[in-house]
Amino acid sequence: MVKIPKINKDRCCYCGGCVGVCPQNAMDLRETEIRISENCTRCGVCVKFCPAGALEKDAK
Amino acid sequence: MQNKSCDVVIVGAGPAGSIAARDIAKAGFDVLVVERKQEIGPPKRCAEGINVRGLLNVGVKPDPRWAAKGIYGAVIYFPNGKSLKIDQRKVPDDVMDAIYSGEKKPALEPATGYVLERKIFEKHLAADAIRAGARYMVKTCALDVIKDGGKIAGITAEQMGEKFEIRSKIVVAADGVDSRIAKSAGINTTNKLSDYHSGFQYEMAGLNIDPDVLHIFFGNSLAPKGYVWIFPKGQDVANVGIGILGSMSEDGKRAKDYLDKFIESRPEVFKNASAIEMNAGGVPVSSSIETFVADNFMIIGDAAQLVNPIHGGGIAIAMNSGALCAKAAVEALKENDTSREKLYAYEKKWRETDGVKMKKLLKLRAFLEKLTDEDMNKAADIVSGEDITKLTDGNYRFLFKTLLTKAPSLLSLAKKFLS
Ligand SMILES: Cc1cc2nc3c(=O)[nH]c(=O)nc-3n(C[C@H](O)[C@H](O)[C@H](O)COP(=O)(O)OP(=O)(O)OC[C@H]3O[C@@H](n4cnc5c(N)ncnc54)[C@H](O)[C@@H]3O)c2cc1C
Repeated sequence: MVKIPKINKDRCCYCGGCVGVCPQNAMDLRETEIRISENCTRCGVCVKFCPAGALEKDAK
Repeated sequence: MQNKSCDVVIVGAGPAGSIAARDIAKAGFDVLVVERKQEIGPPKRCAEGINVRGLLNVGVKPDPRWAAKGIYGAVIYFPNGKSLKIDQRKVPDDVMDAIYSGEKKPALEPATGYVLERKIFEKHLAADAIRAGARYMVKTCALDVIKDGGKIAGITAEQMGEKFEIRSKIVVAADGVDSRIAKSAGINTTNKLSDYHSGFQYEMAGLNIDPDVLHIFFGNSLAPKGYVWIFPKGQDVANVGIGILGSMSEDGKRAKDYLDKFIESRPEVFKNASAIEMNAGGVPVSSSIETFVADNFMIIGDAAQLVNPIHGGGIAIAMNSGALCAKAAVEALKENDTSREKLYAYEKKWRETDGVKMKKLLKLRAFLEKLTDEDMNKAADIVSGEDITKLTDGNYRFLFKTLLTKAPSLLSLAKKFLS
């Protein structure tokens, strides 16, 4: 299984800003849920961008 | 869910999608709009400011149900605390005529700009499109484009767990920064960190501000390669937000961190204020993607990165792109030719109009991003409010002369980026 960025649901404002910056088109926003597909390469661009700090690079 | 078919399927019921839907439906064609959210509008990813001309340009009259507050200018605050006022109290006659044609008593205070209540505004635009004959589906997510023999022929969508197909002659991607449908059509709409603002905002009540103007704060320690805004929505209510360049965002130095610091440092404004809403969002500031039409396919609004690269305003540009898209789509449908060549009329028109200004603003953005706080403070001494209005219109020829006489140290930088 691919390790993917961990989403802190308590911090996420479900704006979809991360979806727009994902170079792999691996993210999707549905209502209040960010979904990440296995196309994710863990490049970390979304983690860097998130205005609210709701993404962590390494799933713990 | 049964499969459906229509002339045009539009993905996304934001300002871009609903204006396109309205105009295509008006021309008698069958339009279906799919919106992923269960409610059109919230959560807003927007500070809700718009120039009145941005509304009138697409035939939308400001309405007190969604135009929350009239705006009469702006105050720009520089890093050293100096400020410059842009006075726009005088509402031009043609605007007055357009707003109040046929009405004796204006229902709304005339103004040069408004801060909207977007959740109501977007529903209003959708209702208008529906009255014109468009159909809408909410809580319906577009998944992929369908291709017939290599050509786009509609989309697959999902509503409440049920998948179905929508066949159409044209697919319009109006899906905002997420823009997954254009990517599924093979067009690269991914934002780069160096051309994408990371935004965060609180709508707050209990503020101590001048509610008649937009407040804009510059400074590299305040908002690196971006700015902080206070956009009033009422006497003591406003959107208080920030945009920083994505490449400047990192742990501990995110848009939210900077905004919280700003609010804490200004008790004279925020002492009695509390947030009534929290928002975030990405703002494309690239000026546009490379091309936004393909055979049977058009991209409008934020999905095509059509946003003012200087101030991040995109509502007016999105709506205008929707109107231009509709015009080209209607022509193409009438002639039964929805090839890229035919649909390109939209992109061509955009590049000859809004596009010209946006290209200039992109250069200006590159210049502004290079300024230190001292440079900005210097600018405060040599430019006027009118100069700033000119600059945000992409009109910067005068700047060389001003710099030559008053700040020659900045001239070579200006020449490098603005020539
Ligand atoms: C923090 C911030 C502040 C801003 N402030 C201002 C401002 O003051 N003034 C201004 O003019 N602009 C502002 N903007 C920019 C403005 O909000 C956008 O330019 C504008 O909303 C673009 O409209 P649109 O219709 O293209 O996209 P959107 O308004 O984003 O609409 C896209 C719609 O598509 C839907 N969608 C997405 N994917 C799918 C799918 N797969 N299936 C179905 N539906 C889908 C979304 O749910 C959404 O409703 C701001 C942006 C941000 C982030």
